[in-house]
Amino acid sequence: MSLSAIADERPDVRATPQAAFRGLLLRDLHVVTAERGRFLVRSLSQPLLLVFVFTYVFPRIGQGLEAFGGRGSFTDVLVPGVVAITVLTKGIQAVALPLVQEFGYTREIEDRVMAPLPVWAVAVEKILVGAAQGLVAALIVLPIAVVMPAEPVALRISWPALVIVLVLAPTVASALGLALGTSVAPSQVPLMFSVVILPITFLGATYFPWSALGPIPWLQMLVLVNPLVYIAEGFRMALTPQLGHMPAPAIYLALIGFTVGMGWLGVRGFHRRVLT
Amino acid sequence: MQVIETEGLAKVYANGVTAVSGIDLHVRRGEIFGLLGPNGAGKTTTIGMLTTRVIPTAGTARVAGVDVRANPVAVKRLIGVVPQTNTLDRGINVRDNLVFHCRYFGMGRDNARQRADELLARFRLSERATARVDVLSGGMAQRLMVARALAHSPAVLFLDEPTTGLDPQSRLALWELLTELHEEGQTILLTTHYMEEADRLSDRVAIMDAGRILALDSPKELKRAINHATLVRVSANGHLPDLAGLLGRVPGVARAEAHDSAIHVSANSSDGLLYRLVAQAEHHGWQISDVSVTEPTLETVFIALTGKDLRE
Repeated sequence: MSLSAIADERPDVRATPQAAFRGLLLRDLHVVTAERGRFLVRSLSQPLLLVFVFTYVFPRIGQGLEAFGGRGSFTDVLVPGVVAITVLTKGIQAVALPLVQEFGYTREIEDRVMAPLPVWAVAVEKILVGAAQGLVAALIVLPIAVVMPAEPVALRISWPALVIVLVLAPTVASALGLALGTSVAPSQVPLMFSVVILPITFLGATYFPWSALGPIPWLQMLVLVNPLVYIAEGFRMALTPQLGHMPAPAIYLALIGFTVGMGWLGVRGFHRRVLT
Repeated sequence: MQVIETEGLAKVYANGVTAVSGIDLHVRRGEIFGLLGPNGAGKTTTIGMLTTRVIPTAGTARVAGVDVRANPVAVKRLIGVVPQTNTLDRGINVRDNLVFHCRYFGMGRDNARQRADELLARFRLSERATARVDVLSGGMAQRLMVARALAHSPAVLFLDEPTTGLDPQSRLALWELLTELHEEGQTILLTTHYMEEADRLSDRVAIMDAGRILALDSPKELKRAINHATLVRVSANGHLPDLAGLLGRVPGVARAEAHDSAIHVSANSSDGLLYRLVAQAEHHGWQISDVSVTEPTLETVFIALTGKDLRE
C-alpha cells in the first residue's frame, strides 16, 4: 500500500500543539510505568536508608541525637527532611540526568523537539512529568518514613499546607532538574553531584529545622539560596509544625519564586541547546 | 507549485562563522532535490533552517507556504526529518517509536497503532516490532527513522546525509526506497557529499560550497553545462606533448593535454571520436596502448566549478 493512500485514510488527525503535548506526556508516562520497579528502587533507597539508620538503628544502639529545644525528637525533624530529600532527588533523577544523556549522547531529544509544538512546551512537559514523579515518590516515602522509626513520630498534619507543598515542592525540584540538565555536560555530572547536589542536600534544612541554625547566623543566611530549605521547611510546616518553621508566606513565596526562576533558566537553557 | 522557497537565506553563527550566505532555493512538489557539497559547505545548516532548528540570520524560507521563522510549529507539522545521527527513542520499542510519533502528530490511539503497523510492514520491520531500538542494525535503524519521518504524511521529507555510515547494501536499499517514495509523489530534499548519490536520485541538484549555491539544475544539465561533454584518456609511448598537439587538431576536440603519462582529451561530441583519435595518431606513426572514455560526473562539475575535489 502506498503511503499517500495510507495518508488519505486518517480521519481524526489534529496535529495541534495540545495534542503533541498530550502525546509527549503519554510517552513519558508509558516509560515510567514500564520502569516502575526501577522507579521504586531509585525513589526509595536513599530515604529508607536515612530513616532506617537515623530513626531505627540509632535509638536502638543508644546513639542518641539530641532533640531541638525540647520541642520534639530527631525523628520528628528527619521525617519531613527525608520527604524533602526524596522530592529533590526525584527532580535530579527524572529530569536532569536523562536530559544530560539526551543532549550529550543520544540526541534523541531531537525527535521530541520536532513534534508540532513550541520548543518551550517540550521543556515545560519535562518539568510536569518530573513533578508528577516527585509527587508519587513523596506519597510512597511519607507513610514508610512515618511507620518505620523506632519511636513514634509526632505528626500534626496540616492538610491544606500538605496539599500545597506536595504540589509546589516537586515542581521546584523538577524545574531545578531542568535547569541543571540543560546546563551540565555529561562529563560534568560527577562534579555536579559534588558541587551542587551534595551541598544542597546537606545544607537543605533536612537534618535540622532552619530556625535551629540561629547560633550560626552566616550559615542561616547563606542557606536561603538553597531551594531544598524551603521544600524541607514546607514539609515541616505541613507535618511537624511544633518544631518551628519559617513563616508560611515566606515558604510559599520562595517555592513559587524558585519554580519561576529555575523554570525560566531551564526553558532558556533548553532553547539554547536545541536551537542555534 | 513550490514546496520550499528561500530567498537570500543566510546563517552567521554567534562565533562569527558564516555557514550559509544568502541562498535562493525553489524545490518543486514531487521532486527529489539534492544538496551536494563537501563537508562544511553549509548543507546541514540549510536543512537546519528549513526544519526550524537553526534560526536564519537573514532572508526568508517558506515550507509549503509557511514561513519557518514566523511559524515554526506549523512548519514542523508539514515536514518529516531524518537527521544525520540516530535520534530514535531508546526508552521505547520499535513499534512504539512509530505509535508515539503518530500521537505527537495528533492521531488517536487506534489510528496511531494502525498507522504504526502499516509502516512496520511497509518498511520490513514487522519482525522487530517489539525489539529495543538500540539492537537494530544501521540499515534497520535508518529505515525506522524514515518510517517515523513519513508517519504523519509530511509535505516534504528531509534527509541529512542519509547514507553516511551505512554499509553498501543498506545504501542501495535506501536508494531504492527513496526512488519508490519519489514515484509515489513524495517531495524529498536530501543532502549528500556522494556525487553518485546526488546523480542517481535527484531530479535537480544544487551544488554547494562555502555557504553558496554554485549551480542548480538537473544532473544531466549540470554535466552538459561544463563545456566538454566527453572525456577520453589516451595512453601511448613517446613524447606525449607532441601527441597532445596532434590530437588537439582532430575535429570535435576542444582540448587535449598531456599529464599523468596519458593524453586527456575533451570533446564536444563522442560520435566517431575514438576512431578519429586513433586514426590521427596511427597516421602519424604513434602506437596507442589504451583508449578509455569517461563521461563527466557531478564530481567533474564540482571540480570545474570550484577547482577542488569533492572529498569526504
